[in-house]
Amino acid sequence: MSLAGGRNWRTVAVLLALSLAVIPLSLALGNIRVDYTLVTVAAGGAVLGIVCGVLGSFAVLRQQSLLGDALSHAALPGVALAFLLAGRELGWLLLGAGIASWLGVLLINSLVRRTRLKQDAAMGVVLTAFFALGITLLTYIQSRNDASQAGLDQFIFGQAAAIRRQDVVLISAVGLAAFLVLIALWKEFKLITFDPAFAQANGFPLRLLDVTLSTLIVIAIVLGLQLAGVVLMVGLLIAPAVAARQWTRQLDQMLALAGIFGGLAGAGGAIFSGLQQGLPTGPLIIVVAVAIVALSISLAPERGLLWRAWRQRRDRQRFAAQQVLQDIHRHATQHRDPRYPAPGGMLVALRGTLARPALRQLQREGLLQAGADDDWTLSERGLERAREAARNQLLWERYRQFGEELGLPSVTVDTQQPIDRLLPATALTRLETLD
Amino acid sequence: MNQTPALHIEDLTVAFDSRPALWDVDLVVPEGVLMAVVGPNGAGKTTLVRAALDLIPRAAGSVRIFGESVARARGLTGYVPQRSSVDWDFPTTVQDVVMMGLYGRLGWLRRPGAAERLRTRQALEQIGIADLATRQISQLSGGQQQRTFLARALVQDARVYFMDEPFAAVDAITERAIVTLLQELRARGRTVVVVHHDLQSVPDYFDQVTLLNVEVIASGPTAEVYSEDNLRRTFGGRVAGIARLTEEALP
Repeated sequence: MSLAGGRNWRTVAVLLALSLAVIPLSLALGNIRVDYTLVTVAAGGAVLGIVCGVLGSFAVLRQQSLLGDALSHAALPGVALAFLLAGRELGWLLLGAGIASWLGVLLINSLVRRTRLKQDAAMGVVLTAFFALGITLLTYIQSRNDASQAGLDQFIFGQAAAIRRQDVVLISAVGLAAFLVLIALWKEFKLITFDPAFAQANGFPLRLLDVTLSTLIVIAIVLGLQLAGVVLMVGLLIAPAVAARQWTRQLDQMLALAGIFGGLAGAGGAIFSGLQQGLPTGPLIIVVAVAIVALSISLAPERGLLWRAWRQRRDRQRFAAQQVLQDIHRHATQHRDPRYPAPGGMLVALRGTLARPALRQLQREGLLQAGADDDWTLSERGLERAREAARNQLLWERYRQFGEELGLPSVTVDTQQPIDRLLPATALTRLETLD
Repeated sequence: MNQTPALHIEDLTVAFDSRPALWDVDLVVPEGVLMAVVGPNGAGKTTLVRAALDLIPRAAGSVRIFGESVARARGLTGYVPQRSSVDWDFPTTVQDVVMMGLYGRLGWLRRPGAAERLRTRQALEQIGIADLATRQISQLSGGQQQRTFLARALVQDARVYFMDEPFAAVDAITERAIVTLLQELRARGRTVVVVHHDLQSVPDYFDQVTLLNVEVIASGPTAEVYSEDNLRRTFGGRVAGIARLTEEALP
């Protein structure tokens, strides 16, 4: 079962290559003219998506997905207030968003600590209160008939077309700083995410690390606001991480993949919304992100739905074939003749609808010979296989019952696997000689 | 044996929502003993461990570990939290989790290297799960999860260990592995405080016992304090066969 780490990194690399290929492909298919604006918008979308995907992974693993939603909604009044105070300058607007979002976290945390409110209720209250305040302020600003306010409502649903080159530079710089902090505190973040109590018991300043990690998540949200908008921001934060979790079993790989998926969603959404005037970017980003999630949930090896359904079906068929083989063997043994034929009707009665495909499969593999009258006889190899299977079954049974007591190495019990391949010879001898 | 006790708790009170979870607890654990903490549900056993490690705020009282404050004794303490306190679907491997026991020693900005990998390897072997090293933790059985946590505590190389219900719902082989580990730790002069639920095995496994029900009912050498009378006072009449239990255990 356990895959080598190498294969997992190969999966990451393959998915990265596919993602990179999607962008020129969609440009060609959509007959899009590549110009300066488009490149800027796509680059901005990609950078934002990467930052959000990577940092959003922690939100998902800390089971704080909805906190991300509350935080992004809480940012809106900050944007509006910053506009009223400092005018339409992206740096100030983001700073305002960051401060408001941060206050949102503090308020939610202190509500949970000081009152008997549960976290979901506290988030619901803070989210709606801040959002209502933000919408009110925004409506007021728009009513002032001030030309400079144009496009401020992009923060609600996101508008990539408004991204300028210096914005991309700013976003990249802040995102890079966030990544540097993440790399520097990698083991601490991993520890407080997996087992905060143990981190604290080892003397790590849990509160400080908690606040630092939350701040990074707030930064990701704030940077993403003008692209995805406050309403759908949480999707860009969460969806890439959810998709990435399907493909890997290691934290570093999960973050790398979430970055790739986030970048793909961000760039894809930005490009699509650039196709036509007035298409909101946020919803398009979410469409791309959710498509990636859907693909991952159904296709990913081991965790994917299709993979699991396929493996279940394969296992059932294998199991049925083995059962049928042993049925025939048992039937022959009862008649004291290893070549005694078994009637097909009897096998169907025993094993149901899976018996016929099993018989055909066994015949294809040369383990059975079909007689004239729907009679089935074991071939030489079939007889050998049936005896082996019976022995395998018996040893697994004994291992399940006595393996731990005998101190045998621990392996996952899977009677479909040859036990000889999983246990060392000494262990097998002990199982065989067991009374 | 050292004169300074491994753990010295005085007048400890912990309250949640103005309801005391621990009331005026005094407790001394000498160095080198295995001590069980037993008591009914809601008696504050886990709270005692968490307060002793300074993981939750105290309403009153003091905790000393080898005469030092808890903050200064971090390098001396090891911790095995309850198995159910973490999400076992976290994307990581057994050896990764065990290595987390070394993070505290590593300090800021340093990453685990060859020495840490070696130490992790040794702990996995000592606890008998070396073959699970690269296994994804979501694929572990309950007993394997517990042994992973024990290996993680082992690499901490502490002088006093706090283990919260390590025996809860584990298979026989894991139980034996834990007992062996406890005895090895004692042989090396380490102190272990174990929150325990199986009253039957207390006299077999532990030198000392603390009977807790919000207050400390009794604490000391098992032979002296593990009596029918004390058990009754701890559990109320709620444990069937207490008489039989202590008679069998302490003839």
